[in-house]
Amino acid sequence: VTSEALDAGSRAVAPAIAQAELSRGPSRLRPPRRTWTIGRALILLAPIACSVIFIYPFIWLLSASLKPRSDVFDNMLIPQTITFHNYLTVWQQAPMALWLVNTLFVTVLAALTVAISSAMVAWGFAYFRFPLRGPLFGLVLATMMLPGAVTMVPVFLIWNSLGMVGTLTPLWAQNLFGSAFYIFLLRQFFLGLPRDMFEAATIDGAGNWSIFWRIAVPLCRPALVVTLLFEFQAAWTDLMRPLIYLRDASSYTIPRGLKALLDQFGFGGDWHWEIIVTASVIATVPMILLFFAGQRHFVQGIATTGSKG
Amino acid sequence: MVSTTTGAAAGRGQPTPVGESAEVNRPQRRYRASRRRDTLAALAFISPWIVGFLLFTAWPVLYSAYLSLTDYDVINDPNFVGLDNYKELFADPKIALSLANTVFYTLIQVPLHVLVSLALALLLNRAMRAAGFFRTAFFLPKMTPPVAVGILFLLLFNGQSGLINTVLGWFGINGPAWTTDPHWVKPGLILMSLWTVGSSVIIFLAALRNVPLDMYDSGKVDGANWWQQTIHITKPMISGSIFFVVVVNTIAAFQTFSEAYTAFFGSGNTTYSNDAALFYAIYLFQQAFQFLHMGYASAMAWLLFVIILIITLIQVRVSRRLVYLEGEQR
Repeated sequence: VTSEALDAGSRAVAPAIAQAELSRGPSRLRPPRRTWTIGRALILLAPIACSVIFIYPFIWLLSASLKPRSDVFDNMLIPQTITFHNYLTVWQQAPMALWLVNTLFVTVLAALTVAISSAMVAWGFAYFRFPLRGPLFGLVLATMMLPGAVTMVPVFLIWNSLGMVGTLTPLWAQNLFGSAFYIFLLRQFFLGLPRDMFEAATIDGAGNWSIFWRIAVPLCRPALVVTLLFEFQAAWTDLMRPLIYLRDASSYTIPRGLKALLDQFGFGGDWHWEIIVTASVIATVPMILLFFAGQRHFVQGIATTGSKG
Repeated sequence: MVSTTTGAAAGRGQPTPVGESAEVNRPQRRYRASRRRDTLAALAFISPWIVGFLLFTAWPVLYSAYLSLTDYDVINDPNFVGLDNYKELFADPKIALSLANTVFYTLIQVPLHVLVSLALALLLNRAMRAAGFFRTAFFLPKMTPPVAVGILFLLLFNGQSGLINTVLGWFGINGPAWTTDPHWVKPGLILMSLWTVGSSVIIFLAALRNVPLDMYDSGKVDGANWWQQTIHITKPMISGSIFFVVVVNTIAAFQTFSEAYTAFFGSGNTTYSNDAALFYAIYLFQQAFQFLHMGYASAMAWLLFVIILIITLIQVRVSRRLVYLEGEQR
């Protein structure tokens, strides 16, 4: 495969990406009138007020995690005494490091497997023409309509009969088979790639796999990044599957562990809300970092989902 | 959005199989062989999905339908009981309770969710500077794990010392006991859920930025004010996105689980529960994995499926009259 082919490809894809990006620049309003009316002041202040409401719970949580046990509920923005003691306590009271490792293991495997398998399936539907392609793809979309509750019990029985209940495998292994939503997303992206390039590669003697792996996959990087980020978040924050499949505290993921801490230190009789607050911070911070790392892709991915319905 | 620009040019129509154009004049047999090779290659590429579909969707759907006609506790073999589970559904007061809770939650949460996210998107669309900052601020809560959202709910809405009631107190309002009073548990959960409207805000913002500007110019020439423009230009132009957000969030609200389960239902050694927060998905989860009534839980799942299907079909039917289609191809 020549690098020229790749170049031609990325040039052709560029407008699609540019289009997908939400213009961050100036919104298309007229230059403002200079007069200050109540309405204009409201328009200026309302987003600020709303941002405060949306951000404040994070600040409250972070601030509470730095307070000693007696001050956790004092609702003071700045702690009267700042202490990192709670973070030490959480580390001693709960196997936080183990939970973080478990969660990271599941999320990385879930994201990688779903991205690769969904890309393969999406490529199969986008590139080849074969009998029953339409109905089969319709079936892919139809599975998105099925509530997870319907398959939840039999899928549990499958993992149970394989002796996998209590292990981390059921939390990610299903992703080996692709996921309808990402198949849809990636197929849309593949359909936007110019065909001539792949035909040129065929004439150069490239096989089906190398056309997919060495041309199509590099070209659809933006959509793959969206897939990885979405699935990483979904796997990191999931509560229901860990509740169903994990038995032993040593195999817990962070959300499952957080729920266990709430049961033990919140309602279980020992009132140690500072531990719960601190563990919540530890569970949330990685997701905040993930968002800032992939902000543009998150926003594009969600906007694309909304407009493609 | 990704494909609307180049899609029409390249793959939108029927993608031609590789090499077809070069082989047009070759013998028919050669052509058929290439088609067969294409089919085989395609099957190889989509095989992960086929295996996964058979193993984790098709078989579970059939088996779930069978299980719903049995009593099954995982340890002993399924015991066929006919339609008994379905009859029991209609006699079980907890089904009625959890359905009522879920319908209440959905009926109030979805309209509020749409209104709040739409209002925020309109604000963002008008914010000239720092629009990026505001968008981040509105979206970040969506990244919070639902367990942490449930915990935040318990803390912020606490009747005595919670931040919400403290702020209400500044205005002389004696806030209710959100986390214990059965009348206020669901309103509290709904308010908390509005904290995570971020992705709908982004969807609406994208739709708003796609409305052609000259429409507003003509609106202004006709003397329409901001509100009239919003109602007569913006609303029809983004009605497709509104429909999408309504449908997706109705389905999600009907299956709401994690936040309420975290805040109100103990697992493991500590058991506590609150009937006011017993949503359908929570009751289903309890039946399946705490009481090990797998057959009954399967019947519950099918009832849920039918309800969601009916709601979605009604929404699609209604939307045909309300959604304006010009700018969007659906």
